[in-house]
Amino acid sequence: MAKLTIPAPELMFSGHAACPGCAPALAMRLVLKALGPRTILSIPACCWTVIATPYPTTALGVGVLDNPIEATGASISGLRAAADALGLQDVNVVGFAGDGGTADIGLQSLSGMLERRTNAIYVMYDNEGYMNTGVQRSGATPQGAWTTTTPVEGTSRGKPEPKKDILGIVLAHDPVYAATLNPSFPEDLVKKVERARDLTGPRFLHILTPCPPGWRYSSEATIELGRLATDSGLFPLYEVERGRYRITRKTGTLKPVAEYLRAQGRFHHLTDDEIARIQADVRRRWELLLRRERESSEPVPIPA
Amino acid sequence: MTRQVLSGNYAQSHAVRLARAQVISAYPITPQTTIVEKLAEFVAAGDLPAQYVKVESEHSALQVCVSAAALGARTYTATSSQGLLLMHELLHWASGMRAPIVMGVVNRAVAPPWNIGADHTDTMAQRDTGWIQFYAESNQEVLDTVLEAYRLAEDPLVRLPAMVTEDAFYLSHTVEPVDVPDPATVDAFLPPRDARAVLVPGTVGRLGSFTGPDHYVEFRRETARAMERVPEVFRRVEEEYARATGRRHGGAVPTYRTEGADAVLVTMGTATTTARGVVDELRAAGQKVGLAKLRLFRPFPSAELTALAAGVDRIGVMDRSYTFGGQGPAATEVAAALYGGPHRPTVAGFLAGVGGRDVTPGEVRRMYAALLAGGSTEPRWIDLEEQEALAHG
Repeated sequence: MAKLTIPAPELMFSGHAACPGCAPALAMRLVLKALGPRTILSIPACCWTVIATPYPTTALGVGVLDNPIEATGASISGLRAAADALGLQDVNVVGFAGDGGTADIGLQSLSGMLERRTNAIYVMYDNEGYMNTGVQRSGATPQGAWTTTTPVEGTSRGKPEPKKDILGIVLAHDPVYAATLNPSFPEDLVKKVERARDLTGPRFLHILTPCPPGWRYSSEATIELGRLATDSGLFPLYEVERGRYRITRKTGTLKPVAEYLRAQGRFHHLTDDEIARIQADVRRRWELLLRRERESSEPVPIPA
Repeated sequence: MTRQVLSGNYAQSHAVRLARAQVISAYPITPQTTIVEKLAEFVAAGDLPAQYVKVESEHSALQVCVSAAALGARTYTATSSQGLLLMHELLHWASGMRAPIVMGVVNRAVAPPWNIGADHTDTMAQRDTGWIQFYAESNQEVLDTVLEAYRLAEDPLVRLPAMVTEDAFYLSHTVEPVDVPDPATVDAFLPPRDARAVLVPGTVGRLGSFTGPDHYVEFRRETARAMERVPEVFRRVEEEYARATGRRHGGAVPTYRTEGADAVLVTMGTATTTARGVVDELRAAGQKVGLAKLRLFRPFPSAELTALAAGVDRIGVMDRSYTFGGQGPAATEVAAALYGGPHRPTVAGFLAGVGGRDVTPGEVRRMYAALLAGGSTEPRWIDLEEQEALAHG
């Protein structure tokens, strides 16, 4: 019999307001399974404001504090300060924010929280755009993607700029732990959340969360699409603990990115040439990640 | 009790120490900065066992307080001018969350052009955010009002945030003797926060949920009711503070020599002290003038103003800020409060002390002269009139 590595107790309940095939809903379910009930979530304006259901109901079995979109980093600093001041033991203080609320408008308070070494977990669930407001581009939207503010019409061919390297920005703050997670690989996701839970200091989790209405694909394809994102090298799974990189999923050969891109309406307009350029960029980034993993495992000599 | 020579800012810091604030967030801005500097010293020295969170903006400073209050902590932060404007969004969050935060605000002019002088534009721009607002006249009043503000804000009938303001430099950086109560006295007056409706780790709960029109109105009405209860609770709080320390500052609208007055000037903050001197001078000369101070601005003390207006025909209101396209905000509020009353005096607006300009006895005399002469109630820029008069003899 297969050994269950995913905790059985549920802290997210049915009756929530997520769309069919919503990966942010899967991400929350798995994250809470790993964290357990002594968790306080701070949630900014994002899809989860709505998914958690309106007053007086809730789909979450933990304490939840709502905060304005740009202030999640500050909010978890305040929660941790209060927990420490009040002597509340063993509390997981967790920010659970979208990519716009993290990589764009929330970048300042995220940076502040990391820099002041707040003992908390910041989760960014990345559906690569402002999906709750109806699919607008964010800094985390990938190059070439259609959104309502980066149309495919006339001379416009989706988002011209590349995706912001939010994890790179986070790593520049030297967090105790940072990782990429993907609900299509639940065992890996849970293991990383548990690792983050057991450490002390600022921790950051970047979860890729496919969005059927925003990415323009059929809702039953979420898990498959998530797997393609990782196995094509577009969203590699790795963790960085105290500066040391470790890739947690290696498949030998990367699948072609075309398989991932062609499965989504937001990329339908891309030409073979455009896809070839994306493919080249993905290869380059994958090689770079392999090199980082290699180099970060070697001791850095300190000159006498 | 000890008597110490303190600036308004240090009076604020000592009050926070005595209140045993548990979470303090700090971001510098002139002229507030020395408040949080002194608090950093208290925390470092072990005189105040608080979590002192160094944030990267005022927006985050207030978010830290809102979130810390949501777990039940007693919180404090301080700001001025641009910093308060940046906080605007969070001011609404604080009151909507019913977070009993106490915040020090050193009233400073708003840019552009840059100016760090005393001016009430910063806090007046926040009068609709659901915060209780106190305006202090002296450093002693700063210290006492911060302690009263915690009791008031945390009262189960209120549970709203409160700001205690002081005029830039006139109070913030000017020292005077201040009676500092003993910790035991304050502890008896201000017990630890009795936190209600907060998040408890290990239990299900949500603060700030999404709501439709079916519940939103009820939430707003509850907050409005809490604000309506402030005057009554404040009377009780001030009474208890007086019993504990022997000091009181005259309620929401302290008055001075208003009996039988033909004209009463309404002031806020430090200009009141100057005006009090002018009232003595004019009374000695046989002119029947009086003074009323808006110590509490939110909720607006309409009942006290109505009672005051019963025997007065002319009321002047000095504003240290201006609403473009309107008039001084305090003048507007006073006129609105008196319009429905049984006796409706004329209400004239005066703008004085804008951007840190001195409100001189000459300016105050000019305001009383205008009031006693009757005539137009159009707002007058007294700073400019006085300057013109001085320039041309």
